[in-house]
Amino acid sequence: MLGKLNYDALPFYSPVALGGALGEVGAAVLVLAVITWLGAWKYLWKEWLTSVDHKRIGIMYIVLALVMLLRGFADAILMRTQQAIAVDGEGYLPPDHFDQIFSAHGTIMIFFMAMPFLSGLMNFVVPQQIGTRDVAFPFLNSVGLWLTASGAGLVLASLVIGKFSTAGWTAYPPYSGIEYSPYVGVDYWLWSVILSGIGTTMTGINFVVTIFKNRAPGMTLMRMPLFTWTALVTSVLICFAFPAVTVVGVQLMLDRYLGMHFFTNGGGGNMMMYINLIWIWGHPEVYILILPAFGIFSEIVATFSRKRLFGYDSLVYATAVIGLLSFTVWLHHFFTMGSGADVNAFFGITTMIIAVPTGVKIYDWLLTMYGGRITIATPMLWTLGFIFTFVIGGMTGVLLAIPPVDYLMHNTTFLIAHFHNMLIPGALFGYLAGYTYWFPKAFGFRLDETWGKRAFWCWLIGFYLAFMPLYALGFMGMPRRMEHYDMAAWQPWLVVACVGAFLIAAGIGCLIMQLVVSIRKREVLADTTGDPWDARTLEWTTSSPPAPYNFAKIPVVHDRDELTWRKAHPDIAGKDDIATPIAMPENTGAGVVIGITGGIFGFAMIWWIWWLAILAFLVILGTLIARSFNDDDELPVPDAAVALEETRGSGPLLGY
Amino acid sequence: MTDATAHRHPDPALEARDFGFWVYLMSDAIIFALLFATYVTLLGGTDGGPTPHDVFDLDRAFAETMLLLASSVTFGMATVSMVAKSKGGVLAWLAITFVLGAGFIFLEISEFTGMIAEGAGPDRSGFLSAFFTLVGTHGLHVSAGLVWILVMLAQISVKGLNPAVTSRLFRLGLFWHFLDIVWIGIFSVVYLPGVMS
Amino acid sequence: MSLAHKSPSELRTSYLIGVTLALILTLIPFAIVAFGLVPRETALLIIAALAVIQVLVHLYFFLHMDPRTAPRENILTMGFAIVLIFIMIGGSLWIMLDLHHRMML
Repeated sequence: MLGKLNYDALPFYSPVALGGALGEVGAAVLVLAVITWLGAWKYLWKEWLTSVDHKRIGIMYIVLALVMLLRGFADAILMRTQQAIAVDGEGYLPPDHFDQIFSAHGTIMIFFMAMPFLSGLMNFVVPQQIGTRDVAFPFLNSVGLWLTASGAGLVLASLVIGKFSTAGWTAYPPYSGIEYSPYVGVDYWLWSVILSGIGTTMTGINFVVTIFKNRAPGMTLMRMPLFTWTALVTSVLICFAFPAVTVVGVQLMLDRYLGMHFFTNGGGGNMMMYINLIWIWGHPEVYILILPAFGIFSEIVATFSRKRLFGYDSLVYATAVIGLLSFTVWLHHFFTMGSGADVNAFFGITTMIIAVPTGVKIYDWLLTMYGGRITIATPMLWTLGFIFTFVIGGMTGVLLAIPPVDYLMHNTTFLIAHFHNMLIPGALFGYLAGYTYWFPKAFGFRLDETWGKRAFWCWLIGFYLAFMPLYALGFMGMPRRMEHYDMAAWQPWLVVACVGAFLIAAGIGCLIMQLVVSIRKREVLADTTGDPWDARTLEWTTSSPPAPYNFAKIPVVHDRDELTWRKAHPDIAGKDDIATPIAMPENTGAGVVIGITGGIFGFAMIWWIWWLAILAFLVILGTLIARSFNDDDELPVPDAAVALEETRGSGPLLGY
Repeated sequence: MTDATAHRHPDPALEARDFGFWVYLMSDAIIFALLFATYVTLLGGTDGGPTPHDVFDLDRAFAETMLLLASSVTFGMATVSMVAKSKGGVLAWLAITFVLGAGFIFLEISEFTGMIAEGAGPDRSGFLSAFFTLVGTHGLHVSAGLVWILVMLAQISVKGLNPAVTSRLFRLGLFWHFLDIVWIGIFSVVYLPGVMS
Repeated sequence: MSLAHKSPSELRTSYLIGVTLALILTLIPFAIVAFGLVPRETALLIIAALAVIQVLVHLYFFLHMDPRTAPRENILTMGFAIVLIFIMIGGSLWIMLDLHHRMML
């Protein structure tokens, strides 16, 4: 009746597990209690959960990302403190726990923090930047969000019911196969990745079509803002890379569930094929993570230098080249696993080549700032911190691209330092900069500058303290993922790293404070013009927050930085904008149903509750078929309603 | 309204769906490409068990190929009826396509069950895992297409050939022809070389 | 790729020509294998070549992918997919073959 699920799945076997589970359950109960106390369930369902509005879906993605940032960061603090004290001893985290923690940390940060964060920013911003009213497929958008959320839910559930995978965030076989990981951990990983992967692929398709087909008149491809360009290339990468992780995940699932031999040690299996396939996805994936951040930096550098972006064409071509080349380097993730010198050399060279277009971008940003009138607002701070810190990580990447060097450095903490150097100052700083930059557009008031700057400095200094020692430790030979060690010489470095982690924790605390303080001070911080930063692109022509339909009239675009053009030509600005009848898609619960039922399907598959899995599958199929009969899902927005929206001015979402 | 005018002002929202579906098909092409790559890689992984030559039947593969190719043409005839605005024609040709597709699936299921009964199931070896997954994934797609044909039969009967329905039918056509293209790959990479070896 | 500007009889002709070509391009490789008409290496080459041609036939006559009239973004996405498929399959086979020789994998 309940498959493999029984009382033993509950975390009473260990105080650490129990502590974690109670913390998580407590937090969830707290959130549910607050919503109930505010009487907000109906509002939440009607206005948010069933919404197909790209702006709301974008905000929900970012909320998911920030929540999962906390969960993933908790894993990080646990690991750093363990490693700081675990010389010659066990520390406080037994190996089985430590292994689940590093596996969960990577899985959460990549799939459930970074991907939702960039999906959320793309969702909120891109339609407004290209002058359209919504994405091409609003319903698909909702389904993608809820599938991702279900995947996150499965990972969160694994802390309370059962265990998570101990096979790392890439789950290499044969260890991840049924023979060596017989319990549910790897299955949690598999289904959360498969579900969210399908959701992400939907987002990719949605944005490729939206950007190609739904741009405002006059907005040629070479007039699109850089963030939209990077969103386009990112979406193309998503469409073509995610099939690989879906294939390899399903193959591993078939090995585990039906005893197949794709990746088994015997039976004609080939373990290296897993490595090959997962990195065919994995390398484009990291470019999926970084390109939107590059786009955000492009926007911010231009706005806060009060200057046109330098080298627009080169930035576009560099983005496209990065996109293509990202599919040609994947073997550098497994230089040491038996390939010959010629194979390694080929991929080493392609890896070095791909550094070049990113270098071009750095110069373009620097040259944009040169001669500009720079304002060091919080978004600009994140950008400046990114530029020089990311370059350090890029250089360590070029170092690692040399196969003989990689033979020494692979799977040491040098590698850990390198990719965190890319992901934190690169991707995460970009998303946080974007979050700060576009927050007023979403909610009608800016974020507090003081706490923003404090958050930045804590993150920046914390990052250096946490990860620079790991470069040194890598040179000293320390492998990654060590639950304890016996080289006393390593400990001081790890203590410093632990201090860095706590400083980052303070940075997260500052971000939370920033949110709290900003909400309290929202009238002071209000954005009453829709354009709080005196920016250059179309999204700043809407009110803050925008009307559901974004633009009362479809804008006609005359130049690259259309808003700057309008400010320079105030007498003719907006005169040829096109009035069209407005019809917006209706809210629907079908997306929530499909997504959540997908999560239930995953849970049922994990625990072998076959009747529930079949039922969930039928519900999803039925919902899709029923939905396909509904061709009349748009509601017209009457002119009177538009007139009212356009006179209300700006005002925060939280209603004052 | 003649079919010429019906297509002179296409609805941009429906055009977007056509392009979106095309992008989805491209991502599906990558899935199949990687399943092919896996198959070729694991060809030697027979674990001392059944080899391609042992388990593939050229006659059945030929029959399956003919059924699928025929179904592509009958779907094409359904498309012709759609452009000619003949609701009855569409329904008839779709029904024939369904029968041919169902015949294909029936043959494939009997192939699979036969192999499993002989001890050549997907859990016997890496080669067989790769074979069953590649050909089985294609079969699952065809089965989904059959379900979709049934849904279209219902929608066309109830709503007639309105723009939304014809757009959906067009996308089903893309899907159906795409699967026939994948099948060219399957008989060229799996069955023909396998029988020869 | 859209059906606009095509009359029912034009479409019908397209499908009938397409299926005739496809039939020929299918019967030849099956016959070669069924009757052992050529040695194995040659047979594999012929099968591959005819498969590529038949794919093009399907693309043109069934999917109406005429480079002159098909929307540009469809051609671009398909082109990119083809390039990637070459890279992924080619790269994977090179890597796995190399591993097979060096590591008996």
